[in-house]
Amino acid sequence: MNSHLSVAQSAMKNSGSYSSLEQLAAKASFSEKRPQKPLPILSRPIPKGKSEVSLSAFSFLFSEFIQYSLAKVNNITELEKRLSDCGYNIGVRMLELITYREKNYKRETKLINMLTFISYTVWRILFSKQADLLEKSTDQDDEYMISENQSLPITKFISTPREYSGLNCASFVAGIVEGILDAAEFGARVSAHSMPLEGQKQMKTVILIKFNPDVIARSNLTA
Amino acid sequence: MIIYSVYIINKAGGVIYHQKGEKSGKSNDYLRYGSIFHGLYTISSQLSPVPSPSGGNSSGIQLLQTDTFRLFAYQIPTGVKIYAITEPTANGIDAILKQVYVLYTDFVLKNPFYIIEQPIRCEQFDIALEKLINSTLSL
Repeated sequence: MNSHLSVAQSAMKNSGSYSSLEQLAAKASFSEKRPQKPLPILSRPIPKGKSEVSLSAFSFLFSEFIQYSLAKVNNITELEKRLSDCGYNIGVRMLELITYREKNYKRETKLINMLTFISYTVWRILFSKQADLLEKSTDQDDEYMISENQSLPITKFISTPREYSGLNCASFVAGIVEGILDAAEFGARVSAHSMPLEGQKQMKTVILIKFNPDVIARSNLTA
Repeated sequence: MIIYSVYIINKAGGVIYHQKGEKSGKSNDYLRYGSIFHGLYTISSQLSPVPSPSGGNSSGIQLLQTDTFRLFAYQIPTGVKIYAITEPTANGIDAILKQVYVLYTDFVLKNPFYIIEQPIRCEQFDIALEKLINSTLSL
């Protein structure tokens, strides 16, 4: 974070000296006043990016995307696949962006650290909150779960009708997680599930991560 | 205060949502009441002897009062009407109907599985509306 700031500041400084040189040159040649040239792209400070977008606008977009996909598929599995594929591309890009913006170009290489990175940093950037729970499956060695006690913000307004029972639109988020893991060389299959929560009508959302055998083998070697 | 039931009718007069009240009749009854109310609302909006300050028709029924209940209605700009039947002492329901409108736009219109003008079957909407109505009990 610190070094990121300093990069931005030095970029600003450079840009400052650049423009003042330009002005000096302009004065020296006694030329007519002309509009200042925009800074070359390399001298501009790095944009921080907007931290929040309207949930409402996103929900409408997401809703339209699901309706569009619904018209193109034959069954729920295909729909989930489509959502997941769309998320995958976002995940690959998000990893690049987040390691650059937040992690000082460092990428996690340990499995647990990577999962914590996803459930804290990535979740904070995507949803402005941390994941409620990150746990390891007790039966399977290669399965991890990220659980949310309520639905994720992006599926907040979606109620799955009975004829689509089993569909969870958080497949989109599962796709993002899969994209991030895949781009970081942790091959995994990621899926989203709804699970009933005791004593409540709301279902909890579980993102199930099943790592490929080679990832587990590698992580055992390095441990 | 007690809100007995909340109804939403589409712009053609069909009941698309009915939150079950304490005394709920047969399912066909409330469909009929809904469309009759839609007709009354339309007529009432044309009855006004003086023009509306905003031009055009007057607003239609906002409050219907009897000795055992009050009916509050609110029409949203798309012609969908929301009305609530409450106990006779209730007031300030307008604000609550506007909150129902907010829930409708959130949990119904942003739901990809909802087909517009069709009956509302959205679990999240049910949950949110129930929460809203329960929160008014203590008012």
